[in-house]
Amino acid sequence: MSKKLNRRDFIKSTGVATASVATIASGISLTTFAADENPVTNEKRWGMLIDTNKLTETNIDDMVFACQEENGWGFEEHSTGDQKANWIRKVKVKDKATGKIDALPMMCQHCDEPPCVDVCPTNASMKREDGIVLVDRHLCIGCRYCMMACPYDSRSFVHEDLSNQKEHMPRGKGTVESCTMCVHRVDKGEMPACAEAVNSDAVIFGDLYDANSKINRVLKKVQSTQIRADLNLNTGVRYSGI
Amino acid sequence: MNIRYQQIQGRSLGFYALIAGLGVLILASLGSVLFMEHHGHYVTGMSNRIVWGMPHVFALFLIVAASGALNVASIASVFGKKIYKPLARLSGLVSLALLAGGLMVLVLDLGRPDRLIVAMTEYNFNSIFAWNIILYNGFFVIVAVYLWMMFERRMNKFTAKAGLAAFSWRLILTTGTGSIFGFLVARQAYDAVIMAPMFIIMSFAFGLAFFILILMASYKWTERPLGDVIVNRLGNLLGVFVAAVMYFVVVKHLGSLYLAENSGVESFILFGEHVYTPLFWIGQIVIGGLVPMALIYHPALKGNRSTLGLASILVLIGGIAQLYVIIVGGQAYPMEIFPGKEILEGYGGIATYTPSLPEIILGLGGVAVSLIAVTFLIKFLPFLPESLADDVADPHHKK
Repeated sequence: MSKKLNRRDFIKSTGVATASVATIASGISLTTFAADENPVTNEKRWGMLIDTNKLTETNIDDMVFACQEENGWGFEEHSTGDQKANWIRKVKVKDKATGKIDALPMMCQHCDEPPCVDVCPTNASMKREDGIVLVDRHLCIGCRYCMMACPYDSRSFVHEDLSNQKEHMPRGKGTVESCTMCVHRVDKGEMPACAEAVNSDAVIFGDLYDANSKINRVLKKVQSTQIRADLNLNTGVRYSGI
Repeated sequence: MNIRYQQIQGRSLGFYALIAGLGVLILASLGSVLFMEHHGHYVTGMSNRIVWGMPHVFALFLIVAASGALNVASIASVFGKKIYKPLARLSGLVSLALLAGGLMVLVLDLGRPDRLIVAMTEYNFNSIFAWNIILYNGFFVIVAVYLWMMFERRMNKFTAKAGLAAFSWRLILTTGTGSIFGFLVARQAYDAVIMAPMFIIMSFAFGLAFFILILMASYKWTERPLGDVIVNRLGNLLGVFVAAVMYFVVVKHLGSLYLAENSGVESFILFGEHVYTPLFWIGQIVIGGLVPMALIYHPALKGNRSTLGLASILVLIGGIAQLYVIIVGGQAYPMEIFPGKEILEGYGGIATYTPSLPEIILGLGGVAVSLIAVTFLIKFLPFLPESLADDVADPHHKK
């Protein structure tokens, strides 16, 4: 099968390899990784299991902070309150019957059937073969329909010009963004920043399909849930303890 | 009797004043766009919770009205009612003009309006939005062809077929517009298939209200005769459409109230303490529904053009209120992310939204674009019959 590699396919199939850095504007660089050694395939499905019983509120704050540091969001100068970017946040819920209180980190759930991808008119919202849901910032026209569709309120719209961006995570005024599961790290064989920030089993990152992976083994043993499981979106982020 | 169509002269002071007034509004709206795009959306009232604000209210209002404005032409060529035939050209024009105004607002509120070309070249066929882009563009083409069939004597014989195509297309188009909301499974305020037919019936009412106002104003200002037969017919039709909208609103809310999961959002809209409750009851139901129906059907006001004009204006105001409640109110109420749990921190609560002046001006600019398009085109092309006096419009009408 000979298929021409267009830009989207290229980004989609980004794997571990040499990084090439192209400067697209002063101070902003677009980093891409050549896709020759480990192309992205659907043989993997990246996921995360979050155990709220093992996770303290401080852990969650650390996760949020690590994500901000890694990806450079949340430092918008003019945006106020709900206008600020928010890729991951701490949510506290109380069971209406028992009164049990749980705190959990909430971010893009990397659905297998992502509503944001369904509604996006220009294919800017997309799911990589390995299950990571991303926004192609070159295709996003800023219509915000994905934000209407996301059941997790996990997407942010960039409300202002940005400065001091991270080289590996270019963002842009007028486009929508969300948790990338630190795709730039995952493609280098590293863990997402939030998972790394919690130095325990409370957050397990890995390949859901790999029978030998820790996340797969633990998920087979413990009771876990998907948020809004009723929507049948088959999320990549799973929770236990709530 | 043959209907004679004639351009308006368009040389009066009033004509130029109208153009100037609308022109100023359009310039102001373009200024607003520059301001918002230069700074980014932080200067608006919108946020990550209220992602669609006032511009969407106006945009969808105009787009919905656009498809409805075509009804008058459809009644003539699809349903064969001869009395509406002289109005068909204007109906097509108002329809295209409203769509252009609505789309302008929609596009200029994008985060990246400069990427319009992306929206026109990259299609995700799973997206209702992408379908709408095709439907809107197609509507322009089909209605333009329809108008050509009406204008060109040799093509007149195809008018009925073109009219049927346009009528079918507009039904699909409004279904698409309603489905933008109807298919949002995660939001309690939407996620109802009834949104699509409700939007269609809303389009009937809003479009006709626009049409009546434009028709009466253009005949009055150009001192052309406009008989009671046509005006009263249109008035009665408007009354029926307004009643139908109210019926759909009742069914939608009753249906929604029946589901326990929706009781929260329903009581928020219907009996809440926020602006959406008075907007619903006073704006949408009383001003946009009950009062216009009283003005149209009260025996003492029968045939009174001032009250019909007022009724039409109120229908439009009620329509804006209705779309505000649907679009902004529907987003303000938090999603049920954790059924069975109360969210203490991190999400929830009623999202606040105060429309900023530039957003409102952008919306009004869309209305101005629609009106200026109609004003110019009836000057340059023969859209309006010279006379719509009763004996011309309906020679067999018995007094």
